[in-house]
Amino acid sequence: MLIDQSDESDQPDWSDRSDKECPWMPKLSYRDALNQALREEMQRDESVVIFGEDVAEYEGSFKVTRGLLKEFGPKRVFDTPISEAGIVGMAIGAAMGKIRPVPELMTVNFAYVAMDQILNHLAVMRYMFGGQVTLPVTIRMPGGGGHQLGSQHSHSPEPLFVHTPGLFVVYPATPADAKALLKAAIRDDNPVIFLEHEGLYNLEGEVPDGLEPGIIGEAKVLREGGDITLVGYGAMTHVALEAAEALAKDGVKAEVIDLRTLRPWDKAAVAASVSKTHRAVVIEECPPACGIAAEVAANLYELAFDALDAPIERVSGADVPLPYAKNLEQACIPHAADVVKAARKALG
Amino acid sequence: MRKDDLMQVYYRMQLARLFETRVAEQYMKGRIGGFCHLYSGEEAVALGALWSLRKDDYVIGSYRDHGYYILRGGDPGKCMAELFGHANGCCKGKGGSMHLFDWDINFLGGYAIVGGMCPIAVGLGLAIQYRGEDRVVLCFFGDGATNQGAYHEALNMASLYKLPIIWVCENNHYAIGTSVTRSSAQESMARKAKTAYDLPTSVVDGMDFFKMQNVTERAIKRAREGKGPSFIEAKCYRYRGHSMSDPATYRDKKEVEFWKQRDPIPRIKAIIQHDFDVPDEEFKALDKQARQVLDEAVKFAESGQELPPERLYEDLYVD
Repeated sequence: MLIDQSDESDQPDWSDRSDKECPWMPKLSYRDALNQALREEMQRDESVVIFGEDVAEYEGSFKVTRGLLKEFGPKRVFDTPISEAGIVGMAIGAAMGKIRPVPELMTVNFAYVAMDQILNHLAVMRYMFGGQVTLPVTIRMPGGGGHQLGSQHSHSPEPLFVHTPGLFVVYPATPADAKALLKAAIRDDNPVIFLEHEGLYNLEGEVPDGLEPGIIGEAKVLREGGDITLVGYGAMTHVALEAAEALAKDGVKAEVIDLRTLRPWDKAAVAASVSKTHRAVVIEECPPACGIAAEVAANLYELAFDALDAPIERVSGADVPLPYAKNLEQACIPHAADVVKAARKALG
Repeated sequence: MRKDDLMQVYYRMQLARLFETRVAEQYMKGRIGGFCHLYSGEEAVALGALWSLRKDDYVIGSYRDHGYYILRGGDPGKCMAELFGHANGCCKGKGGSMHLFDWDINFLGGYAIVGGMCPIAVGLGLAIQYRGEDRVVLCFFGDGATNQGAYHEALNMASLYKLPIIWVCENNHYAIGTSVTRSSAQESMARKAKTAYDLPTSVVDGMDFFKMQNVTERAIKRAREGKGPSFIEAKCYRYRGHSMSDPATYRDKKEVEFWKQRDPIPRIKAIIQHDFDVPDEEFKALDKQARQVLDEAVKFAESGQELPPERLYEDLYVD
């Protein structure tokens, strides 16, 4: 069973790691930013429909869909049986029928039950049918470790989706990006896997009023520096920021890049940063084999080999299923200290 | 039915049958690659089911899809070209035999994951219901699909939401090479559906066009009126093996003979002859017409070419 994380999530909480504050900007939690994006897109386009397990009356396991049933009614926000393949397949068919579905899967691990629909159907149909099908489906799913949910609720499956042509994969780290990128994903005519980190739902950050949709495929430099590039995404972006802060105390100026989108990902931005810093650490929450860091590193070797002064370091999740015990689970997830250590190695 | 309509029934089933004969020839010549599943023997199921649909209704089905495509009124040339892997095929040669698709006839795909199309049919039904349209979805699948998880999720959801779907189960008695008796604890597909998902079911002789047409027409009416899905189990038989590479050694010759004696094409011919006293020449003329159409289809397929490799990356994403 999934625990209800409605408001009082115990830990980890990244809320003390947000960007520098701006007093006149409204602050919003990652959860509420997502909720706003859904609400605004539903107001804007009546073909946007939400369904999933407990998304309507229960308002979502993580309360991201709070208030939407009340505002938009049961035709546009409705509960489904516990049938993940059915949910994703229904989204595909609905999209062929000119609906813009935004199904929620209760956790990334439940997406594995729907993997046939995601990988064999959603991702391939446009190509397989010679471009005749357009599938504007955004599948939201929370994931990541840190809540002692054990091996079947805590995966970091991003490489599985990134591996798959035909999908876009988005993984925001901040409330503003959560809102802007969810809006972009819903408006995009391609299938988007929209990953949300369970540890970020309570993170507060500035979200400007009237925020426009973000750009899928564009990374963001969150902190500038000339000595080394730290590349993160999702919760790992905050680990990178924390590491950069620690390194700064020793006089090392680290540049932090938040990928924000994992497929397509912003090769140019990362290569440009590395061309300046000559060193890089890539942080991923997933296990290392064929992972995000491997993908980023391989591309950097191809794009910026001459600029590199040291091998690219990878900081990855441990190569085991996530265990339950708190100490073991924490040992699986990259921390700032791991990143600092890797950075020092790269710096020589 | 009027004589002209009946002659059309004969012609279209014959066209679908002869199409598969051509496909087998072209396959043996090496012009068609991959897996190739022929529909021969099951024509009355598809034509009977499709007969009363409107053009704007959605049809979706399994990978044994040449029959659906042709009997829905698809262009045999575009279908043959697709099997050749040519750019003038209905999916530009990217889908092949198992993955036909054509908006022109609202045939929304042959799918090669058994049961995988069933949840997609649910989504199409949802879209129809959402817009308050009176279209319907007709979904073809085999007896093998009824053992898949996605199938059960889909049937449950369709009944739960009262979606306008007609589930047509082609029970040809074999899931590839494993007979129904060895693969399903419940041998009646209709009972399996009715017991669990509370929807009207019918068991029909799928070798009989009229029975198929009649039962499906009622199911379509029900769906259009917003009364929800129906389930039709069509008992039928495929004359060929599972695919071109299957000699079907697991089947008794007597069994094949039993079903061939129920062949829907001679059956409809006999009925027309009995009711309207149509001379043999009229049927021969239709056979000839079908052969000419198929000659043209093969020529059209031959006239095309595979997409050049420079176009490999097209159609992956919407720009």
